Amino acid sequence: MTEMSVSAPADRSIAGERPRRPHEERAAWGLVGPAATLIGLILVVPLIVVVALSLTDYQLGAKAWRFVGFANYADLAGDPVFWRSIANTALYAVAVVAGSTGLGLAVALALQGSGALAPVWRTIFFLPVMASLVAMAIVWEFMLHPTFGLVNAVLGLVGVAPMNWLQNGATALPALAVIGVWQQFGFAMVLFLAGLSGIPTSLYDAAEMDGAPSAWARFRLVTWPLLAPVTLFVVVISTIRSFQVFDTVHALTKGGPNKVTEVLLYTMYAEGFEFFRTGRAAAIAVVFVAAMLVVTLTKVLLVEKRIHAR
Amino acid sequence: MARIEIDGIEKRFGRTPVLRGIDLDVAAGEFLSLVGPSGCGKSTLLRIVAGLTREDRGAIRLAGEDVDHLAARDRDLAMVFQNYALYPHLTVAENIAVPLVMRRLTTAQRLPLVGRHLSGSRAAHAAIAADVARVAETLGIAALANRRPGELSGGQRQRIALGRAMVRRPKAFLMDEPLSNLDAKLRVEMRSEIASLHRRLETTFVYVTHDQAEAMTMSDRIAVMMDGAVLQVGTPDAVYADPDDLRVAEFVGSPKINVITADAALAAALGVDATRAPDPDGLRLAFRTEAVRLVDPTGAALAGRVVHLENFGSDLMVHLAVAAAVPIVVRRDPHDPRPRIGETWGLSIRPDRLLVFDAAGRRLRSVVGRGA
Amino acid sequence: MTRIGLPARRFSVGAIARDAVLLALAVVTLAPFVWMVSTSLKAPDEILTTDLHLWPRRLAASENYAHAFAAVPLGRYLLNGVIVTATILALQLAIAVPAAFALAKSEFRGRRLLFGAVLLGLLVPYHAIAVPLFVGLHALGLLDTYAALVTPFAISVFGIFLMRQFFLSLPDDLVDAARMDGMSELAIVWRVMVPAAGPAISAFAIFSVVAHWNDYFWPLIAVSSDTLFTPPLGVVAFRNDDAGTNYGVLMAAATVIVTPLVAAFLLAQRRFVEGIAFTGVK
Repeated sequence: MTEMSVSAPADRSIAGERPRRPHEERAAWGLVGPAATLIGLILVVPLIVVVALSLTDYQLGAKAWRFVGFANYADLAGDPVFWRSIANTALYAVAVVAGSTGLGLAVALALQGSGALAPVWRTIFFLPVMASLVAMAIVWEFMLHPTFGLVNAVLGLVGVAPMNWLQNGATALPALAVIGVWQQFGFAMVLFLAGLSGIPTSLYDAAEMDGAPSAWARFRLVTWPLLAPVTLFVVVISTIRSFQVFDTVHALTKGGPNKVTEVLLYTMYAEGFEFFRTGRAAAIAVVFVAAMLVVTLTKVLLVEKRIHAR
Repeated sequence: MARIEIDGIEKRFGRTPVLRGIDLDVAAGEFLSLVGPSGCGKSTLLRIVAGLTREDRGAIRLAGEDVDHLAARDRDLAMVFQNYALYPHLTVAENIAVPLVMRRLTTAQRLPLVGRHLSGSRAAHAAIAADVARVAETLGIAALANRRPGELSGGQRQRIALGRAMVRRPKAFLMDEPLSNLDAKLRVEMRSEIASLHRRLETTFVYVTHDQAEAMTMSDRIAVMMDGAVLQVGTPDAVYADPDDLRVAEFVGSPKINVITADAALAAALGVDATRAPDPDGLRLAFRTEAVRLVDPTGAALAGRVVHLENFGSDLMVHLAVAAAVPIVVRRDPHDPRPRIGETWGLSIRPDRLLVFDAAGRRLRSVVGRGA
Repeated sequence: MTRIGLPARRFSVGAIARDAVLLALAVVTLAPFVWMVSTSLKAPDEILTTDLHLWPRRLAASENYAHAFAAVPLGRYLLNGVIVTATILALQLAIAVPAAFALAKSEFRGRRLLFGAVLLGLLVPYHAIAVPLFVGLHALGLLDTYAALVTPFAISVFGIFLMRQFFLSLPDDLVDAARMDGMSELAIVWRVMVPAAGPAISAFAIFSVVAHWNDYFWPLIAVSSDTLFTPPLGVVAFRNDDAGTNYGVLMAAATVIVTPLVAAFLLAQRRFVEGIAFTGVK
């Protein structure tokens, strides 16, 4: 390699250090101009506005509004339903992340050695990722129907008494979590498959030569550590998706029964778009963004730690 | 065919100076090589000439005109890149046609499907196809016209990259290490091909390489660059035989030039009038392997023990351990007896080929040899 | 494909057990789809019973599907879905690809700032800014229009990020060669970068279409007239309608709405799986 390959990228990484020819600057801005404008208008400005709104008592359609400081947040902090909503979201996320990551990894590992049928399995398990969740939620609702549902009928064969899954306080959130896992694990599987295909076969050969006694030992020695970045990524992305659970709740339970399926985004939706308490909805949105940031920052910290540990 | 004047070019990347005031004048039709080790700034200089990188200070003139304000595409130069930079989705013929399509057709005529049916479009496309075919013929790649770069070997891709540069008549060709991704045999073949291309096209070539042999074999003149400065510009012969700087002497020529550090006494014994040097005891003496003969050690100013013989078939390189840390390499004169390992031989250096440098590596011409 | 452990012994106990487990999981995974289609073929008396059977004794497909299309404008919903996803994708590509190229291969003032905004955008799900977007569209009088469905997604920071990563991996020389060959920056984008970025673009297109065809949250907020309903809104509206208790018809409607993407996926499943993995891993 000559210095060309070293110096040319370095050249580009120092943006704006000295003026380019004006027309080149103009050409570049011609390319990014529309994107920059739209990012400003439909991303940055709304983000600022949502924070600003959360400090007001604005109600959609109202003529007057006033600045109320952190009153919306204080209100939320004293509202048991809001805490319920956070707890439910967290519970749902833990269940779905654990379920879809675990199942996704297990299936990906199983598919590794399953030969000619592997693409067929992969297609089947990926199908729910593609299908409209809200439409499938309605199918699930029918399958969970207390009288005519498939689930009760099948469970009845093994002696389980029929249940009204979605209307029962003890089973509604778990039922939604099962739908969540059903929908997401194929996505985790595909990411794990991509990660597995990136592990060089020679490492398994080496483990074999080094005397790793069992498939489990080779998994612990090679697969698990090399898959760690993918696992972290899957966990993070599943967490973020789980935090956004809305479709199934809105379509099937509306937060009920008795608030057991009240989740963050649904609470925000109800406040903002059913009761039109815009300020309060904005405050929930800010909490929601904060939760996202916590997840992402945790990931960044974990990645940093990995890098430093090397 | 145009003269290229490079005037006081300076460039830094961040805080690192890459070019420290380069002046070069490339005559119209000349083949000039920029040669130097990795990181010397030669590629950056070429990119500045091309208009792909902007200089911090200085100016480039093409055919007498200042082109600093012009973007690369408006400078009418052609460039061949180290990794060929062929468009992967286009066929060979389409790749070669790109510069013509961009320059000869209007935006409307370039449109897919519709473009071909516009007025004048058919004739323009036909003319382009003819030009492409002519170039492909010249380079012996006509048979590949409908293939895509991914299916071709390195040598074939290099020819296409050349074809893309040749297809119009640019003011000059800029080549950035065009041969360094080829295997050794192909590289030697392509050297003579590029040299003959230059003769045929009668256009200015600026050729960047880290391989001094490439520069020596093809160029009218070479400019040796190090640490962002041009150390010497001259014909290959002049740079080889009469270097201004020890670094130039060491970089150019294979095998590498012999260098010994000499005090006044040794210098005097070798015919150097050290008294005229500013620091008579800190001289660096350099001589090419072919400027020495092996002689009887008795009475020789310099003698050494044979430690290694390097047989190239045509030549025999004799490595002798002298007081200096690095062995001295001597090309055995075919008429001389063949030395054996362990023998001690004296060294006789041709005074006119002995190059004297001061401790900082600057050439001292007044003390010896042709300059004396 | 790498293997865990020893080469698969075709008929070993382990392999049989593994395939049995995979088969069981596949049955569970497919159950909703199978049940949906099966029910959509049955008459009400066969549905509202505890007697389970997969294939209807009397095929009621034509009644159910005809009823579904008659009860609500299903065709309209599908058309809306196509219009909205196609418009969103076209806008996203037209705006994101040039920007991604400039971010990857050009120098200009404000580049870092812009890229920072892109990264910020990646962190914030659009749900969080739904409130101000709604308020803004309300103020502009654009609620309950196609524009309301499309506007918030005209820019895809994810698309910019993804394409930028891809463009960074293309050699700079290719761009420089195009500049030397006389192409304008925009010509480089469409003539060199886009053809070279085929895999990245198709991956992004799949990602975008899947996301927006299935999106429920934003259309729910943005439109209220059923002439503007997208497929997910349509199926829920149907369920909430009187016809919603007629499960055969409801499942027929669900089948109609789920089918386009599932069919596309089955036809080009390699592309879909790789595309989603690509957009996921990057």
